[in-house]
Order: sequence, then structure tokens, then C-alpha cells
Amino acid sequence: MSQSHEHTLHFRPADGFRERAGEVVANPFLRQSFRGAMDFLMQKRAAQFPNPEELESLRSLGEQIRQYNLAKLPTLLEQLEANLTRNGIQVHWAETPEEANAIILGICHKHSAKLMVKGKSMVSEEIELNHAAEAAGIEALESDMGEYIVQLAHEKPSHIIMPAIHKTKEQIAKLFAENIPGVAYTDNVDALIQIGRQVLREKFEAADIGLSGVNFAVAETGTLCLVENEGNGRMCTTAPPVHIAITGIEKIVEKLEHVPPLYSLLTRSATGQNISTYFNMISGPRKPGEKDGPQEVHLVLLDNGRSQAYADEQLRKTLQCIRCGACMNHCPVYARIGGHAYGTTYPGPIGKIISPHLLGLEATAGLTTASSLCGACGEVCPVKIPIPELLIRLREESFSEPQANPVMRGQGAGHSPLISAIWRAWATVYASPALYRGVSWLGSRLRWLVPRRQGGWTRVRTPLQPAPKRLRDLLQDRN
Amino acid sequence: MTTPASPATAPRPRDVYFFATCVVDQFFPHAGLDAITLLEREGIRVHFPEEQTCCGQPAYTSGFADEARKVAAHQLALFPEDWPVVVPSGSCAGMIKHHYPTLFAADPVRKAAAERLSARVYELTQFLTEVLDFKPQDCGSNCTVVLHTSCSARREMGVHLTGKQLLAGLKNVHIAQQDHESECCGFGGTFAVKQPEISSAMVEDKVKSLKATGAERVVSADCGCLMNILGHAAWKDQQEGRKTPSLPGEHIASFLLRRTGGKAAGQENGQ
Repeated sequence: MSQSHEHTLHFRPADGFRERAGEVVANPFLRQSFRGAMDFLMQKRAAQFPNPEELESLRSLGEQIRQYNLAKLPTLLEQLEANLTRNGIQVHWAETPEEANAIILGICHKHSAKLMVKGKSMVSEEIELNHAAEAAGIEALESDMGEYIVQLAHEKPSHIIMPAIHKTKEQIAKLFAENIPGVAYTDNVDALIQIGRQVLREKFEAADIGLSGVNFAVAETGTLCLVENEGNGRMCTTAPPVHIAITGIEKIVEKLEHVPPLYSLLTRSATGQNISTYFNMISGPRKPGEKDGPQEVHLVLLDNGRSQAYADEQLRKTLQCIRCGACMNHCPVYARIGGHAYGTTYPGPIGKIISPHLLGLEATAGLTTASSLCGACGEVCPVKIPIPELLIRLREESFSEPQANPVMRGQGAGHSPLISAIWRAWATVYASPALYRGVSWLGSRLRWLVPRRQGGWTRVRTPLQPAPKRLRDLLQDRN
Repeated sequence: MTTPASPATAPRPRDVYFFATCVVDQFFPHAGLDAITLLEREGIRVHFPEEQTCCGQPAYTSGFADEARKVAAHQLALFPEDWPVVVPSGSCAGMIKHHYPTLFAADPVRKAAAERLSARVYELTQFLTEVLDFKPQDCGSNCTVVLHTSCSARREMGVHLTGKQLLAGLKNVHIAQQDHESECCGFGGTFAVKQPEISSAMVEDKVKSLKATGAERVVSADCGCLMNILGHAAWKDQQEGRKTPSLPGEHIASFLLRRTGGKAAGQENGQ
């Protein structure tokens, strides 16, 4: 786990993924702590879906709603822009993180903003807004309790729903005592939350800008829906004079009636809650005569590689995601290495399939191999994203020879002529009964010659050794 | 001996093909032989196409679809008669049943063949329960076993209950319950080699939870998982200087055959 204070502007997950993962699995304390947290979340979700048939039909509905809306995405984006504009919400389009940051900082400058309070937004993590704001002399303060903790520790979220899940209450107590003036050490969780809320309360009053994410943008009504539990989202979107929302272009639904099933799937899959404490529907700035609400509301729609995924029928399924995090909670790999090891904004199974579009396969080819394809992620995904299938596809794109018109950035980045030659040779042997017979016969006869050390396999296992007789030999002996 | 099977819903086939898988052919041949014996004892003629090699899954899941297709295309031609194809592995059965049709999506001739084949592919425990209605008569003494079901059997083939059902039919066998039962053992084909740190952590945890049940052996219908689980258990025994295996294990076919009075070809403890 990275405890470093470095602020890297460009993720390089390809560098050191195995080392980072190796460090975590070698730490029994972290192993136990992640496992406990994930077990808890899995139980919470399971309790929400006691009836497998209901779960299946709800997942199918979720899948269909997401696919329906993605199929109409270009039209819906236009409709959304028109209706938001009509409601007085200013719409901005950003192709890259740099453009998104420039738009947000531009709005801040126009208002001579010094302080921005932020509700939880993974897209703002994706564009690394906090660093951009800091560089521009604007304080960007996280107001979600988990995000606040992570920010105090100069870290990144390790989970998309529970950003500080990697921290114990003792670590948080120490962090608060060391970083918040006048706070004494306490590991009483309620007291810690009260301390955090007190700090944030003052900041909400003073903030020039409130920033938030969006869970669902409704095209037909021009409404931004925000799901949250702490009330900080409502504070960020109502108290400061300017509210800026940011989201990916895929978070759109055509109709209001599409929201309830997705919302229900989201909270039940994510935290095992029947419903979240807050559900905000934002449909415009303060109107003349109204006493509260922001005077300006903006929406920044970010592409950042999403249209690349969109262009391919199979890869498009990646965009069905409603960011519940259930795939990471159920992933045996995530449960062992935690979120930081991935080195990407979005960790876990969804991270492995979305990050290649955001960052290119050059930086993420290694991540695609970090899965046993056990299928636990696909099994729990509330919108039925076939994550294992997409991982196989990304492996193909990564390991094949670089092509002239690739479907994705970094295609062929993981290509190795040697590995490809090995697989070609393998295919030649296994597609030829005569060759297979010969090679497998030799294997059984020369079994004592197999190396004692077999790469990663013999790290914790005895070497693989063919049996003295193959099944076909045993069958022949028998007859 | 087993009781005569009651008429199952589908007509009871007289002939089946046996697709052994490359892992069974080369590493766990006794499991294959015991599965065949078990089927034959049920009065079924088992045909073993000599030209079979591998389902192609290692290449497919590693991202080498062309190579997988080349190997898969070769297997497609080996089962001309309309008999069930029984596979002693949920993982390889899943590859043929669910991935062959996709693999040949752009090849009309082979796609049709893949779909015809897909419809008659069975994982062994699935075939024993669903088609043969096999009711094992336990002849063994009291024992406790723990069952590990592969992720493909569980999530791709949806046959995670059939193995348990077969074991539950053995009156003197107690099935122990491991924690995190449905979690992957960490094999995942080339995953074990490409991400050894994570794969090792997974198999360590799996073996710990299997041992914690106190079961005297682990059984599984997938030799890939067994290779991983037993390979780690044996390594651990070596590290800790044990001469007898702390977690013996075998394919469910061998266990079933022995418990029901048959002569199993042998228990396989990995290497």
C-alpha cells in the first residue's frame, strides 16, 4: 500500500503492479483486514437479495435499461444538453482530463474562488482535479468522510464506494490527531465522525464552489441524480453559490422511470442498503424568488476514452457500469491486494476493464492478466457486465501484433514475439493428433527431467510432472 | 454396486464420447480411467476418440484466440455421432459448451458444428446425476470429505450442486463445509504463472480453509484445481517436513468408484 505523499499526475499501473500486489499479500495484517471488510460487504449484499429469482430479474432489467440507453447515447446526450440548458444548467464537454480541469478551473477563476468543497466523485479522481486545483491556488476539500480521510493521508481512494476501507479506526484516529488543530487522539468512531463533520461544516459555509459527481443524468427531464449517505452531497450542491457536477458521458438514462430500478440495484449491491440516506435530484439553479440553492449550476461531461469503448459492440458493455463496487467486494484478487496495488483510479474487476480505455493498454496490459477469470464479478454485477469475457478480449487486444487500425489505444502493447511463437507452437502440437501423441508420450517417458523450478508455479507448489502413463496408455493396457 | 437407475427425463444413452482433457490425459490419467469405469459400470459404452488433445482453453483465456480456434477446430470433428460428450472437468466442458460457439462466430460451418456439439456436452457429475440418475450405494466406512467445486463448474456450467448431490448420496460420507467455499482456488491457467504472488496467496488461503474442516481428503471434479490445491498442500508438507500428505485428494470419479465397491485406479496426490 502506498503511504507516499507523491502526487503523480499520470498513473503508471504497468510499472510495479506485481511488486505492489506482492507487498500487500506478504502483509498478514492487511490480508486479514481486507478479507474482513470484503466478507462484511458480501454478507450485506447477500442479505439484500434473499430471493435469487428476484435478483436475476432485477439484474436483467438493469442490464436492459443500461443497454437501451447506451444504444441511444448520442441522441440522449443532445436531449440531455437541451433540457439541462432549458433548466438553466450550463453544459460543458470535455474530451480529456486536461480539458475537464481547464473548464472547472475556468469557472472557479470567473468567481475568484478560493475554496471548493467536494462531494464524492470518482470522475474528479479520474481527472485528478485536486492536484489541478492545488496548482491553481484553489483549496479543494473532500467532504465525504472516506474521501476526507484519504485526502488527509495524501492517498488515493482504495475503493470506489468506500475510499478509506484500507484504514483502521486507529490509523484514522492518529491521522485526525496529527492533522486537525486542537484534536486529541480518540478512536471512538462516533467521536471521529463528529470531529470530521465539525471541520467540514465550517468549510461548507465558506466555500465558493461545490463540486459533485452524478449517478444518473436523466435526459427527458434534464435532472442530475446524486446518491449519497452523509448529506455532504446535498451540502455541496446547495450551500455554495456555484455547483459544478462532473460525470462520464455514459451515466445517462432517457427516462425518469429508468432510475428507480438502477438506484435499487446500486445501493443494494454496493453497501447492502435498501436505499441510501440521501437521494438528490438537481434540476437547476436557484430561481428568482427562491431563498436558497446555488446561483449557477454546471455539468461537465467527460469522455476520456469512453467513446473508444463505445465504438466496439463488445467493449461497449464496459459502459453499462453504475459504479456499485460489488465486483471488487466479491473479487478474490481485490480481497487480497486492496485497491492501491492496481495503481488506477478504478480498481478491481471494473478497473481492469475500464482503465485500458482511460489510460491506454500500454499502461494497463499487465492488469488484464491479474484475474483467474473465476467469474465472481460477472455473477454479482447488477447490470450483468460480462467482465471475464471482456478481460479475455482485452488480453487479445494487448498480446496480438500491433495493427494498422486498432480498436483501442495501446493495442499490441503487451505483444511479445516469443510468447506468440510459444502459443503458435502449442497450437501446432495440439491441433495435430500425431504431434500431440509424440510430445505427450515423450513427456511421460522423460517425466524425471522436468525442472524442479517452474517459474511462478513452484513458488508455493511442488513441480508439475506428467504421469508415467497417459490415460490413452492406461486404456490400451486395459484392453 | 449401484441400484438400477430410475428412468431419467432424457432417454438413457447407450453410448457416450469421453473427452478426457489434456490435464487428465497427461497428469491425472487414473481419474480419467475411473470416470470411464464408473460410466461403463452403468452399462454405457464409452468411446474415447484417440485423436483428442485439448479443448483450447489455455490459449483462449490467455488472449490467443486464433491458436485456441486452431486447436478447437480439430476437436470439433471428433464426435460425429449424436452421443453425449462427457467431460471430467467443469472448466473444459464449459469451454466447449459456452465458448466454442463464440469462438467460431465468424465461421458459419464450424459455428453450426460448435452449436450442435455444445448441446450435448456434459460435465461428468452433471451427466451422472441429470442423465443417468446415478444413485451411489456406499460400501465404505465413515469418512469426512470436503468438496472443492471449480469456478467454471459453478458459474459457467451451473453444476455446483451435482457433485454435492452425489456425495450426499453416500451414506457413510460426511461432507465438511469449508469457509469461502465458492471462492476461486487461484489456479486460473496462466494466471498462476503470470501473477504468482496473487495466485499463491489464493491457494494458500484455499488449502488453509480446506484443512481447517478436518476432512480427511478433498475431492473435486476439476483436475486443474486439484493440481493447484494438491500441489500447494504437498509443497507445504515438504516445507514442514511431513512425510504423509496433510491434505490428500482425488478426482470425485475415483472417490465415487471406490466408495461404491469399484476398484479405483489410484489415488492421486498431485506429484
